[in-house]
Amino acid sequence: MIRMSWFNTVSLTLGFAFLYIPMLILILFSFNESKLVTVWAGFSTKWYKELFQNEAFLSAAWVTLKVAVLSSTFATVLGTMAALVLVRAGRFWGRTLFSGMIYAPLVMPEVITGLSLLLLFIGIGLDRGVLTIVLAHTTFAMCYVSVVVSSRLVSFDRSLEEAALDLGCTPLDAFRLVTLPIIAPAVISGWLLAFTLSLDDLVIASFTSGPAATTLPIKIFSAVRLGVSPEINALSTLMIAIVAVGVISASLVTKRQVLRRQRDVQAAQ
Amino acid sequence: MSSPEFAPWDDPSAQPLIQFKNVTKRFGSFTAIDDLAVDIYEREFFALLGASGCGKTTMMRMLAGFETPTSGQIMLAGQEIGAVPPNLRSVNMMFQSYALFPHLSVWDNIAFGLRRERMAKDLIKARVEEMLRLTRLEKFSGRKPHQISGGQRQRVALARSLAKAPKLLLLDEPLGALDKKLRQETQFELMDIQEKTGTTFVIVTHDQEEAMTVASRVAVMDEGQIIQIATPDKIYEAPNSVYVADFIGDVNIITGTARPNGAQQYDIHWSEGHAPLCAQSVSTFSDGQSCHLAIRPEEVLISAEKPENADNTMQGKVLDIAYLGNISTYHVELPNGTVVKAQIANTRRISRRAFTWEDPVWLSWAASAGVLLAK
Repeated sequence: MIRMSWFNTVSLTLGFAFLYIPMLILILFSFNESKLVTVWAGFSTKWYKELFQNEAFLSAAWVTLKVAVLSSTFATVLGTMAALVLVRAGRFWGRTLFSGMIYAPLVMPEVITGLSLLLLFIGIGLDRGVLTIVLAHTTFAMCYVSVVVSSRLVSFDRSLEEAALDLGCTPLDAFRLVTLPIIAPAVISGWLLAFTLSLDDLVIASFTSGPAATTLPIKIFSAVRLGVSPEINALSTLMIAIVAVGVISASLVTKRQVLRRQRDVQAAQ
Repeated sequence: MSSPEFAPWDDPSAQPLIQFKNVTKRFGSFTAIDDLAVDIYEREFFALLGASGCGKTTMMRMLAGFETPTSGQIMLAGQEIGAVPPNLRSVNMMFQSYALFPHLSVWDNIAFGLRRERMAKDLIKARVEEMLRLTRLEKFSGRKPHQISGGQRQRVALARSLAKAPKLLLLDEPLGALDKKLRQETQFELMDIQEKTGTTFVIVTHDQEEAMTVASRVAVMDEGQIIQIATPDKIYEAPNSVYVADFIGDVNIITGTARPNGAQQYDIHWSEGHAPLCAQSVSTFSDGQSCHLAIRPEEVLISAEKPENADNTMQGKVLDIAYLGNISTYHVELPNGTVVKAQIANTRRISRRAFTWEDPVWLSWAASAGVLLAK
């Protein structure tokens, strides 16, 4: 092991402290016996038990999950289609305008996206609920999906598709049997990105949700305004755990694939 | 058959498999293929040879169906295929990058085209195994493309494109990614497989040696036009232009004016103070017409003494010697500054070499050695 200089050690410690101390405090206090958030009164898991009896939180979690799965799936389909057109269709009339319009929502303030969607839903008389949140999340997440997928498509070897056509595929078959399996990792990470975005979105959801459907971030936000309870700490700790497990397992799988591939390539030489 | 030699292009009754009829292809204002007409016959191994950007790849992509001609017709076995999409043509292509499907095994790559035809499972199995045998890949059928070597990938690509038994197989720079030794071996394998399967092959290459080795006929292309189509030996020995002579192999070009001197004999006046050169030519030149004499370096003899009875002799001094092992190329500078290349087989050890740098030498060649070209 190389010993780090004191400067590097200090910067590393400070950097990670800056990033993770707030979360560590949150996790620590979720196991607090006391109801007071700032006073430590011994270890306990009672807030987790209470959390699982809280109907309001559970139903909000269920709504959030439904919205996230549905909207990220729709966003992936639409975003992939948009990416295909932008990368493949060459220079059609208005291409620059289209690509600009696809990426604009990335930099659009969420408040504006949320407000404009709210006005639209009121205008067409759509009752706010799960459907409207799904539509809203699909709209803003598809841009992210199309960015991820189109960066993969740019480096995609077109001759693979031509080979598929040459061997008797219709263009649709060529996409289904060759392009899609090869770009699948990008499509999956686009889906995951859309899923995460939907999971933690507060601003757009608060514009487009109605009394019938509340998502978890809205629920947490409104609960915190009445005072932080250890229950919310417990809920947040669970969310951190889920995300951490997801990220760690995804990176482990990727790393194993890379290693296996390297071994194969070496063995083939 | 009247002649044992394979030469359907000399047989006026032979029906060509592929016909390009005045095909032009433009990309915007750029003309990639310019009013091109060519016939390719069944069982031929036809090479399209040219520098990059000469239109050879466009021609191949039109045969595969990835490009449609701007004007003109392409016929395959008597049918117009200009507008037929690639998946409905009995033409398969082996791609330069091989374009193997990375997510499928060698077996599934080869079976890919057969499955699209909804062929019965056992027939697919038999055909794939036949292809694996033909390309000696039986041991690798379960591997993915990244788990095999470059040469093996090349053979998978060949097997996959041959599996559907196409009327015509297109090969786009098929050996470009292989190292020299493997490339030479693979050239002979390709010829062997072409003969065994009886498929018509059209190969695109910029490597003249490769074209000469494998092809029954070679078409030399430049700027969207075919400059010459002939068998490899004719292309080499009787090029029709300076471009072809220069593109194929090494050549000395001497430019001058022709003066007829007897039947098919010409004197070439090429430099003040030098005796005119004497050359034979089947094509006729008028008195005073400018011409180019193309002489291959191996036709030029080099000697210390002035040779007797040679048609053309000239004196110079050795400027450079390129030692290539089996042969050496001598660059000899003439008094007027022209450099002529002469090639000699190294039948003796290099220490016994007769000439070295700066040595005065005599060059000579026969009147029949060179080719007289108008352009």
